Parts: sequence; structure tokens; C-alpha cells
Amino acid sequence: MTALLATICLILIAIIVVQIGKVTELASKIRGEEEVQDQTNGRHANYSLLFMVLFLAATVVSALYYKNSMLWYGPNESASEHGSSLDSIFNITLFFTGIVFIITQILLFYFAWKYRGEQGKKALYMPHDNRLEVIWTVIPAVVMTFLVVGGLDAWNEVMADVDPNEEFIEIEGTGYQFAWHLRYPGPDGKLGARDYKMISATNPLGQVWEDEKNVDDFHPSEIYLPVGKKVRVRITARDVLHNFYLPHFRVKMDAVPGMPTYFVFTPKTTTEEYRQKLGALDLNGQPKYPEWHEPVDPTDPESPKKYESFDFELACAELCGSGHYAMRRVVKIVSEGEYQDWLNKQQSYYLSTIRGTEDDPNKDILFESEIKARRQEFNDNLEKALSAEEAAAKTLLLNHVNFETGSANLSKLSVYQLDNLADALNKYPNMAIEISGHTDNTGDPESNQQLSGQRAQKVKSYLVDKGIAEGRLTAVGYGSSRPVAGNDTEEGREQNRRTEFRITAQ
Amino acid sequence: MANVETKPVVHDEDLLIEEYGYDDHFHEHHHGDKYQSNFITTYIFSQDHKMIAKQFLITGMFWAIIGAAMSLIFRLQLGFPEENMAWIKPLLGKWITVNDAGIGSLAPEFYYALVTMHGTILVFFVLTAGLSGTFSNLLIPLQLGARDMASPFLNMLSYWFFFLSGMIMFLSLFLNTGPFSGGWTAYPPLSALPQASSGSGAGMTLWLLSLVFFVVSVLLGGINYITTVLNLRTKGMSMWRMPLTIWAFFVTAILGLLSFPVLVSAFLLVMFDRGLGTSFFLSEIFIGGQALDHVGGSPVLYQHLFWFLGHPEVYIIILPAMGLVSEVLSVHSRKPIFGYKAMVYSILAIGFLSFIVWAHHMFMSGVNPFISNFFVIFTLIIAVPSAVKVFNWIATLYGGNIRFTAASLFGIGFVSMFISGGLTGIFLGNSAIDIQLHDTYFVVAHFHIVMGVAAFFGMFAGIYNWYPKMFGRFMNETLGKIHFWGTIIGAYAVFWPMHYLGMAGVPRRYYRFDSFAAFGQFDAMNQFITIAAIVTFGFQLLFVINFFYSIWKGKKMTTRNPWGATTLEWTTPINPGHGNWDGKLPTVQRWAYDYGKDGKEFIPQIQPLGKDEKDGH
Repeated sequence: MTALLATICLILIAIIVVQIGKVTELASKIRGEEEVQDQTNGRHANYSLLFMVLFLAATVVSALYYKNSMLWYGPNESASEHGSSLDSIFNITLFFTGIVFIITQILLFYFAWKYRGEQGKKALYMPHDNRLEVIWTVIPAVVMTFLVVGGLDAWNEVMADVDPNEEFIEIEGTGYQFAWHLRYPGPDGKLGARDYKMISATNPLGQVWEDEKNVDDFHPSEIYLPVGKKVRVRITARDVLHNFYLPHFRVKMDAVPGMPTYFVFTPKTTTEEYRQKLGALDLNGQPKYPEWHEPVDPTDPESPKKYESFDFELACAELCGSGHYAMRRVVKIVSEGEYQDWLNKQQSYYLSTIRGTEDDPNKDILFESEIKARRQEFNDNLEKALSAEEAAAKTLLLNHVNFETGSANLSKLSVYQLDNLADALNKYPNMAIEISGHTDNTGDPESNQQLSGQRAQKVKSYLVDKGIAEGRLTAVGYGSSRPVAGNDTEEGREQNRRTEFRITAQ
Repeated sequence: MANVETKPVVHDEDLLIEEYGYDDHFHEHHHGDKYQSNFITTYIFSQDHKMIAKQFLITGMFWAIIGAAMSLIFRLQLGFPEENMAWIKPLLGKWITVNDAGIGSLAPEFYYALVTMHGTILVFFVLTAGLSGTFSNLLIPLQLGARDMASPFLNMLSYWFFFLSGMIMFLSLFLNTGPFSGGWTAYPPLSALPQASSGSGAGMTLWLLSLVFFVVSVLLGGINYITTVLNLRTKGMSMWRMPLTIWAFFVTAILGLLSFPVLVSAFLLVMFDRGLGTSFFLSEIFIGGQALDHVGGSPVLYQHLFWFLGHPEVYIIILPAMGLVSEVLSVHSRKPIFGYKAMVYSILAIGFLSFIVWAHHMFMSGVNPFISNFFVIFTLIIAVPSAVKVFNWIATLYGGNIRFTAASLFGIGFVSMFISGGLTGIFLGNSAIDIQLHDTYFVVAHFHIVMGVAAFFGMFAGIYNWYPKMFGRFMNETLGKIHFWGTIIGAYAVFWPMHYLGMAGVPRRYYRFDSFAAFGQFDAMNQFITIAAIVTFGFQLLFVINFFYSIWKGKKMTTRNPWGATTLEWTTPINPGHGNWDGKLPTVQRWAYDYGKDGKEFIPQIQPLGKDEKDGH
């Protein structure tokens, strides 16, 4: 029904329109075409002038109305160091083109109005004028040269890659349908190698785990950066083209599968400073930018104000499919101290997710860093136990000493902790220990008892081989008699299967 | 004078042509017209350039309506994303998803398909075929004094390849997986991998096929235009006496001939990557849970090949409009075009430079930043010939006796649009500023104004001006003027605010803006743009009604040269037959712009020079 009504309306409008046209044609026949043409000329000449005035006024008024949301101005000034140079080139270009725009539009419509046709009037015969033409070839050429030189100067500086000797933070952004995956290099400051054939559900970036540089890399869900530090973003894509776009920082670069790109920038405003700028008050105590003082949720006046919840954003600026419009990540610029705090909280993706699982190709080796960390941990615990008063605190778990299932053969990686223990025994020549083996309650209690004894014995003989006097070492098998957790869950049973040592003298 | 028609009229033009004309024995070859003997050879498989021009025009209008209607649908999504779109479900079917509450919304895949089709259709089918195809065909033989194109048969093929291309594209709209939806530039890997997007399957196959046929059409047309301009100029029509329209069509055809084959090569390589497992544009891709075997290709290579066409393409679109406007402004201000030679040289300069600026579309695509230096320089050099043209158009109006018609109004509007859109190109061509503006609404505003709206204005100026030559009747002037004012106000209302969106960093090709705080603060502006677009579309319907109504009911042409123009097309009979001139071919005695010379209103090109008169400029 609506469609029918709409169609009828359209047809009626069409008929009316055609009739208007017919009437004016008839009128011109009656009054003489030439006279009508003169009238038409006058009328449309006036319209031209009117249009010119309204159009130019509209451009100026609308620009003033929207000035607070334009990135080159006031609340939206660039938050990166290089951004200011781009902003100023934009404004210089706007200045020159603005002048040309206003002059040419005025001349165009003014001439149309001024030289409207009239019967009997003669047009000026002016086929060309070399002087004029030289002028308006040379002036644009000079202005263009000026703009090109300024532009290229900034461009080559902004796009220059980092000098490998200078200090910078390298991070990585990888676009895929439809999100950004972020990677930081971790404490070593180096991003590990990648191979797209290694990509899987647990290895979203295809990191090559054999590459030790990957061990400490972490995958945050937000970009955190310290203010004032140079950042090199390594930009890659996993499937189709994406574009790494940080509007507030004037950063934009395509992410190309198979060809890593980069962009170097230095954040100069922290998120907090930016929020304060947006929420600033003018001299009269009124908000400078009222639109930022509106509540985030328009239905709830109590919700935080827009400037309070402002965040820098990462977006995609290259069409990548149906989810292109929603590839958002938050970017936080913080002080150096806050940045270090944040870094300390981040966990290596490999160590937290891959290490020791089926997907870990390095199950049989310990990385230098792990060896170091384990030794540190062992020594710390030992020191604590040595200085402790109560007897219970004198027992320590050898948490990295493991045996092959059902046997007393030490697993390959157990030796590191045993070496730590041997070193400690050498360091404290008066120390004596009792080594104890424990099992869970599954299986035959007698064979459990036997196995735990054999395992403790194995540890003892390893230490003896390392030159520790046999008299300082006792080996005992407790079987399942001393559980530290319930045996009804797999987790509990795993805790119960363990090797410990107790300091009996020090 | 209405009663003139009843007497046998002897036109001055006929006398001049009889006296000075060139007898090519046209009518001794065949009596009657063996090429146009029945309905099919006259109206369908016609080899008459005038009929082919009309075919291009009407097909172009068909596509313009479809392309514009698509833009309205995606504008509704952008302006009113929460609004219920269920009412349009009968037309769009499963692309409108209706939720439990009965609220229908446009599916993102279809939004992207609409954006892609809108771009493809408008750039290729409307502004290339519809504009250059129409007016090159109509005006090249008529203004040069030729009987027809050098090869009328290839000319006919050119249209029918275009038609075929259009049919294939039209079919792709009805595919189950939807038409291609990866943007009109069709960058791989998105366009090369069916698993990357639903439109990249059969939709992309048909898209590629359609555009290959389209290129065939452009090449057949282009060869013809070039050959005709070089070989079939009538006696006395030296290159420097050609109207600027012809210069523009000539350079346009050369640009097309040199650049479109490169596009086909890019398309062929995409086809190989899609079908034969090659890796021209693909490398190290993990998609759909699978690592593909392709290694070593470069998506950036495709962009180079694409924009090697793509940039000349925008001049292929705008040069014909410039030519038409130069002619229309000169005729209706009753003055010679100012600086004819400078206009020709700037067309040539723009044509040449258009081949060495393509990578300015790729500043942020990962090409070596050093290379961009050259492309910035060449790009901003183009501003110089463009500025010369603008100043010359304005100088053409200066001191004129301007007759306000729909055609001349659209000519003036073209200059206004070209200034507004051209100036923003100076921002984008400067790579430093492009870092921020690339792929934002600033770009959308820029190219829509400078090569979308401006090219349409040139086309409208041409249609209103040469309609009498095409159909022997006038379009209604009042409606034409309403159409003009509605369109110029509407077009600025649609595209001007987009500059602000772009300056705020809002990226183009976003289905909705509310996922980002930085982009989601312009609801009111987006609604305004959408409403302005609907209203502007309404004014175009006015044009369509006027166009078709006037074919049968428009005011009849009673004189041969209603605008008092100097060029040859107005010396033909009111309804010229195949061959254009009944008897001899006219010969050309002077340049094309003798308006207001020696106190005469205008002097046709067929009028011999006076005794001490010097030719032209």
C-alpha cells in the first residue's frame, strides 16, 4: 500500500514538473524568446551571485562549527612529535588553497552575474593575453614548489627508519580478519622470528619457538607506550591487506602479507594529559570543549564524562572484508614509570601458553634464562629455609626433578636443579640433608614404597657422583604415606608425586 | 517565426558548403542507406556514430540510476544505522537481516558490495562509457566534418562489448554469494581469495570478466577516435583549428589506449592467482585456518598495475568534461575560449603527467618512501596546467554576453566544482599530509567533487547543449535550470561536509562508525549527508523525466544553429542522416572560436576569411 501511494505520488510529481516546463515554454512563445532569454539571464545571474554568497558563507560557518573535531586544531592536535610538522603543512596548504578557493569562486560567479547577457550587448573579443597567462602559470608553479619542498622535507624525515644504534622500542602489529594482534619483544628488546606456516590456534603469529628471541615476547591486548620514547612499529598482515592507523598520532601504514612494513613515531602526549586538555576549562570556568563534557552514556547523566574516558585508538584503514570497520584496539600513552610497571606485569606468551605443552619443540632443553631463573629461585628458597627457625620450613621441594613414569630414571631436565643442590652443598659444607621420594596412592602401596625409595636413592647417587660426601646425604622412600594434597583429583595426585629434601644439619 | 517551416528554406550554411565544400561523391556510392535499412540496423546494431552515441548515453543513464540508487541504500546505513530497513527486504532479499524484534538492517557484506558496485559502475560504466563514449561518438565526426567514424563497424562492436560487459556485471548482482565486495580497486589478496570475502568468489569472477570486455570496448572505441581525428578531418581542419572538445576526446582516447591494457594484464594475473595457483600477488597467507602455498608474490605489484590505469582513468573521465565545458562556456558567453593554445597545451600536459603520478595513490601502501618523492613532485606539477585551465575558463566569462541556459549553468557549475575538488588534491598529493588523510572521507570528498560531480556537470552541460543535435528537439530549459540549482546545492551539501569527517580522521569504507570513539561523533552530519543525497537524487530524476519526455514532446528545433555556434555540427540538417551532410562535406576556413570578432556575433568555421582577416588567435 505504501509502495502504491509512493508510486502515485511520484507520478503526480512528474506530471506537475512536466506541466511547469510546458507552461514556461508557452509563456516564452507568447512573450518572444529573446525577451524571455533576457529575463532569464537576469534572474539566473542574480541566483549565481546569491549562490556564491551563501556557498562561501556556508563553507566558513560550517568550518567554524566543526573546528573542535578537526584533527589539526585545538583539542585534536597531534599526540606525536612528527604529527605537528604534518599539521603545520596542512594548515599552510589550507591557507594558500583557501585564498585561491575564495578568489576564484568569487570571480567565477561575479563574472557570471556581471556579464549576464542582454540583447544588443556586444561581448568583448579577447582570445588570449600572454601576459595574464604567464602570470597565472608562474604563480601556481611558485606556490606548488613551496608546498612540495616543505612537504617532502617533512615526509623524508617522518618516514626515515630508525638508526640501529639509537634507542627505540620495537613493537609489532599484525592485522587479520578482523582484529589486530599485538606483540612486544619482552626484556631482550628483540622480536623473534616468524613463519606463516607455523600459524595455528595456539600460535597465532606463527612464531618460531626454536628462536630464543621469541621466548620472552608477549602479546598484550592494548598498546602501552611510554611518552617521549621513539617507537618503531613493525606492521604485518596474516591474510589480506590491512592498515595500521593511529589517527591521533598521524600514523598510517598498510599491513601487507609477506612484506613487513614499519612506521616510526614518538608519542608526546600521555593519555592523561590528553584527557585533561579535552576537559579543560576556559578563563570563566566554563568547559572549553563542551561536547567532551557530555556523559558517555547519554541516558545516564551520572556516567563518566566523555573526556574522562577518552582513549587513543588503533583502527584499520584498508578495506579488508566485512569486519573492516571494527578492528579497534586501545592505545595508552603513560609515563616511563607506569610503563615499567605494566611491562613487569606482562607474561611471555611462550612461557605462559606454549612452554611444556605438546606444541613446545623445546621440551628437552632449558633456555639459559630459565636455568638462571631456576637457580635463583632455588637459592632464594634455600636461603629462606636455612634462616628459618621452625622445623617444617626446613623441607624443600625439588620441583624440577622428575622421573620417567614408573621408573627411577631421572628425566633429562632434572639435572639442572640437582646441580643447583650440589652447588649449595658445596657452598655450605656443614649442611646435611635427607632426600625423600613420594608417590600418590594409585597402584600397589608396596611397589610405590619401593619406587620412591629407588628415586631418592637415584638423587643421592647423582649428588655423590658430583663429589658430595655420602655421609651428608640420606635417601628415604615414603611411598604414599605423606601426601601434601588430596589424592582424589589428578591435580592433587600430581602434587603428591614429588621429591623433597630436608635440611638435617647446617 | 513559426511559418518559416512551410516554405522551402535555403540555409546560408548550405550555400557556403555548396560553394566552398568538398565533394567526396558520398551520394554516388549508394542510394538509400544499405547500413540502416531496417529497424534493427537503425536502432540496435547501428553503425551510425550518432545512434551509437545515443546508445552509450542511454545505457550510461541506466547505470547511473542503478549506481546512484545503490549509494542511497548505503547512505541510509551510514546516516541511520539504527533505522528499520525491513521495508526494502522485498528488493534486497537476504541482504537485509531481520532480527527477532522485526528490525531489518543491511548486512555488512552487502554494504561493501554496494560500495564496490557503486564505484565500479560510476567510474567505468557511467563516467567512462557514458561520458566519453557518448560525446566522442557524437562530436568527433560532426565537429571534424567526417561522414562517420573511421570504422563504423568497430564502433558498433565497441558499444556491444560495453553492453555485454554491463550484462555480466548486472548478472553478478543476483549471485547467491553476492557481487564483488572488495572495493572498486579490487586489491588482492582480498579480491584473489574466495575465502577472504563472500563477494570474492563468483562475484569477483564475473567482475573480472565484465571489465575485460569493458576494456575491449574502450580500446575499440579509442582506436576509432584516434584514427578518425588523425585521418578524417575535413579539408582545412588543421589540428590547431579543432574545437577543444576534439582535443579532449583525442587525448582521452590516447590515454585509454595506453593505460587500459595494463589493467587487463593485472586482471589476467589475478585470474592466474585465483585459478592456476600462481603467486603474482600472494605471499605468506594464512586464512580460513589454513596456510596457503603461495609465496613470493607482492600485493603492491597489483596496486602499481592497477593505478597505472587508475590514475590516467580519472583524466579519461575529466578531460572530456573539460572539453565539453570549454565549448559550452565559449558558445554561451559569446566569446572565444580564452587562451586556446594554452588550453590545448594544458590538456596535453595533463595527459602526459597523468602517466607518471600513479603511485600517489600508494604513499601509505608500503612502497619505498624515497620513491614517493618523485610522485609528489609530478602530482603537484599537474596543479599548474589545471590552474591554467580554471583561470582561462573564468577569463572566458570576463566581458562576455552570457546566455544563461541549463548548459551554460552546468558549465559554470563545473568550474566551481573543479576548483573545490581540485584544491583538495593539493593536500592529498603532498605525501606528508596524505599520511593522515589517506583513505579517509577527505579523499571521498575530493574525488567525488573533482571527478564525480564535476564530470557529471560536464556531461549535463554537454547533454543540454547537444540534445537538439541528437534528437532534433530541446530539453525543457526551466526544468533544466531547476535541475542545475538543485544539483549544485545538493552536491555541495553531500560532499562538502565529508571534508570535515576526513579531517577528523574518519576512515572511508566503514559500515558504521560507533565502534570508535574518534569516528562516532558525527551522527548529525551523517544524517544530513544522507538526506542531502536523497534530495539530490530526486533532482536527477527530474533530469531523467525531462530527457525522455523531450525525446517525443520537447520543443522542436526550427533553426539549424540554435546557440549561434561556429562549429561544423550545427551546419548539418536538423535531423542529419547517416553521413551527416546531404551534399558536399563542409570545408573549414578558420578556427573554431570566432565569437564577437569584428563586431559580428559569430562567424562559422565554414565562412572564408575576409580579405585582410587573419585567422584566429
